[in-house]
Amino acid sequence: MASSCLTKSKNFIIYNLKSKSSFTDRISAFTNSLFHHRLLHTISPLPVRKHAAYSRVNRTDDSQRFFELAYVQRRLHSTVSVSSDVTQLPVESPSLQILDFPGGKVKFTKKLSFTSNSTEERVHCYRVLDDNGQLFTDVDSLEISKELAIKMYTNMVTLEVMDTVFYESQRQGRISFYATTTGEEAINIASAAALNDNDFVFPQYREPGVLLWRGFTLQEFANQLFGNKHEYGKGRQMPIHYGSRKLNYFTVASTVATQIPHAVGAAYSLKMEKQDSCVITYFGDGGTSTADFHAAMNFAAVLEVPVIFFCRNNGWAISTPVNEQFRSDGVVVKGKAYGVPSIRIDGNDALAIYNAVYEARKMAIKEQTPVLIEALTYRAGHHTTSDDSTRYRSVEEIERWRGDQNPVKRFRAWIEGRGWWNGVAESEYRSSIRKQVAQVIQVAERVEKPPVADMFNDVYDVPPTNLNEQEAFVQKTVKKHRQDYPSDVPL
Amino acid sequence: MASIFQGVGAATSLDTKKFQLSSLRSVTGRKASCVVMRSGGAKMDSGSNRISGRADQLVTNAVATKADTPAASTASKPGHELLLFEALREGLEEEMERDARVCVMGEDVGHYGGSYKVTKGLAEKYGDLRVLDTPIAENSFTGMGIGAAMTGLRPIIEGMNMGFLLLAFNQISNNCGMLHYTSGGQFKIPVVIRGPGGVGRQLGAEHSQRLESYFQSIPGIQMVACSTPYNAKGLMKAAIRSDNPVILFEHVLLYNLKERIPDEEYVLNLEEAEMVRPGEHVTILTYSRMRYHVMQAAKTLVNKGYDPEVIDIRSLKPFDLYTIGNSIKKTHRVLIVEECMRTGGIGASLTAAITENFHDYLDAPIMCLSSQDVPTPYAGTLEEWTVVQPPQIVAAVEQLCR
Repeated sequence: MASSCLTKSKNFIIYNLKSKSSFTDRISAFTNSLFHHRLLHTISPLPVRKHAAYSRVNRTDDSQRFFELAYVQRRLHSTVSVSSDVTQLPVESPSLQILDFPGGKVKFTKKLSFTSNSTEERVHCYRVLDDNGQLFTDVDSLEISKELAIKMYTNMVTLEVMDTVFYESQRQGRISFYATTTGEEAINIASAAALNDNDFVFPQYREPGVLLWRGFTLQEFANQLFGNKHEYGKGRQMPIHYGSRKLNYFTVASTVATQIPHAVGAAYSLKMEKQDSCVITYFGDGGTSTADFHAAMNFAAVLEVPVIFFCRNNGWAISTPVNEQFRSDGVVVKGKAYGVPSIRIDGNDALAIYNAVYEARKMAIKEQTPVLIEALTYRAGHHTTSDDSTRYRSVEEIERWRGDQNPVKRFRAWIEGRGWWNGVAESEYRSSIRKQVAQVIQVAERVEKPPVADMFNDVYDVPPTNLNEQEAFVQKTVKKHRQDYPSDVPL
Repeated sequence: MASIFQGVGAATSLDTKKFQLSSLRSVTGRKASCVVMRSGGAKMDSGSNRISGRADQLVTNAVATKADTPAASTASKPGHELLLFEALREGLEEEMERDARVCVMGEDVGHYGGSYKVTKGLAEKYGDLRVLDTPIAENSFTGMGIGAAMTGLRPIIEGMNMGFLLLAFNQISNNCGMLHYTSGGQFKIPVVIRGPGGVGRQLGAEHSQRLESYFQSIPGIQMVACSTPYNAKGLMKAAIRSDNPVILFEHVLLYNLKERIPDEEYVLNLEEAEMVRPGEHVTILTYSRMRYHVMQAAKTLVNKGYDPEVIDIRSLKPFDLYTIGNSIKKTHRVLIVEECMRTGGIGASLTAAITENFHDYLDAPIMCLSSQDVPTPYAGTLEEWTVVQPPQIVAAVEQLCR
């Protein structure tokens, strides 16, 4: 049965190739050259903002490099135009015969050689601030206003303080679970700052900063952590599984990388409804090993939908370091494999992140294309409160990344250098936030939990009879044995 | 999801009597509490929530590969004749016409028209973005459908064969069924997941899966199984209009069933069972293809003097315990005929549900005929014996009614 399906698909492809005119541009990609122009957006040291309209003929230096990487050919005649009708084979260079397989025209070679498993040099990483938070000269960067810079910085500090206090509250037994974003504050805040409020966000679980940026209050965070009756999830999920329809932040699910295809589906709906916004989805280096990541990237490229794939490559997937996660040059090269324009950026450089996401968003919407951003960073905290990372990595390594390299410090150096911030403001702000977080914890702790009656709502739009029966049974049991059930949970 | 108790009030088992009288009418509607549209102005049966009349015109062959009906269809009869897969397509098309948010995604659903031609012609009409061909990654395109649904679309996700949806289990269980609940009701997931399943004609073990067994535990989803062109179209429309995720089980061998269905628009209730043949002696509960095996056995049983009541349960999750209960209260004997495997199938759950709720009304232990716990063999003769056959049903009824 499966083979017959393949035959059908093959016939379908050939049918498409034969009757180009009746299909949309998307299908006509089949008949284009393998080197679709979008592939050439893979950026190396070239500036981010230049998007020359690459034609399929007369490629630039970028394409030369691409050819070298993809096809190890001894000779390359750029005068041989791949996309023009080539029915006659150039007599003088028989090694460059071209044939028309499904998928596009390819040149043949007589040389038997395999492409290398890696390039000599790794894909370069875009950054605009140096280790001391000073802006490089001659750099591709947008000017951001004092207001925006301060908002970004203060949000990063809030996130840092919030993480510390909430983590401590778990250690004290006041909440059951927590996961920090320590070391990834720049990713959280700067990427959110570059988006619009109506862009959909499909998070993994280490991006509460995006919610924070959009206006989720400290009290709302605390409510979710305590699972009390005020929280939007109605107490049904673990701590840190935030969700807010209002803020276009889709509820965190514990399953790794399942949000990536969701994001593609959401982008598809934006494309169908011709909206002027995009989708962003976050995941870690570990998440890129899942099947969902690969299929979603592939889909997004085929569908041509406006989605930003933001990979937080923080070096660790619980205890698995990246060199045990994949053998490719990180995640950025995977974009090329799927036909997705990609970039590697310094994930501890708030300005670089801001610039990259800003441009990616523009590109995604204007050209209706997915974009892959790999942000190199370091998970300076433990995976979650259930983890003790000193068991698999050295304390020195952790301390080093928490030191001057940390994104908050680097951005602080930059805004202080601009004269927009100082030590006094810093200590005032930090102590104020610390007080606020402690306060919201106290308040959230005292709020009632959601009632037992609510346990059966929202499974369906309206509870069916069997669930009503089960609820009645639970209520009866609890009433009969009231002393065996927690007294602070209302019915 | 409307509760099945709405609008029924104090209706008792007398309903079935009323139902028998009304069975000659060709079309009846449901009470307005459910989602039926009626444009023909036909009379509504005030007490009955049943769809009647279909039973008389159904093909009772075990497998309807030939498209003809025993009832003579004259030109003057109302409605139009079509095959089951066309009925599905008609329902799909009407919903796509009605609501621009409805879209279809699956493998080869676009210009190819779907492996079983359910989506034929739709891509030409609605464009290949709205009828989307996906790459081969069930988990991911199901995930895509879920993401699209959370942002406002109403996707219909087609599994080329239900068995392939095993790859989508993570998304269906952990996200589709759960996200409405875990988000506190903020995000709803109005998807329809459909596809052909069941044991076909020598398709091999991997393509003969009965996924209703595996999916029935997932909280948050609804499951329905269609068996006739009439209920296929009605259930398809109801599933699309429902705000809950619905899994619609079709059967590979039933796609060429022919039936005359009404011209006017109708939508069926997702949680309702269908009374196929009222009777007095024994309640036979079945669904999908087994309905036809049961009806064939019913002919033999009638000749032998038995009067079986045949109910096509249609709604696999949740069960229509109201209809089933009324029937049991009348006949006091239950036989379940299913295609699922013995362990953990729909029959197993139904047995438990009936025992819990109607134990006092039973005169005999519940009998359940299912497929064996073996992967479906390829050899035709062996395959035939993994599936419940009419002689077994006759023997079971005879034993029950001793």
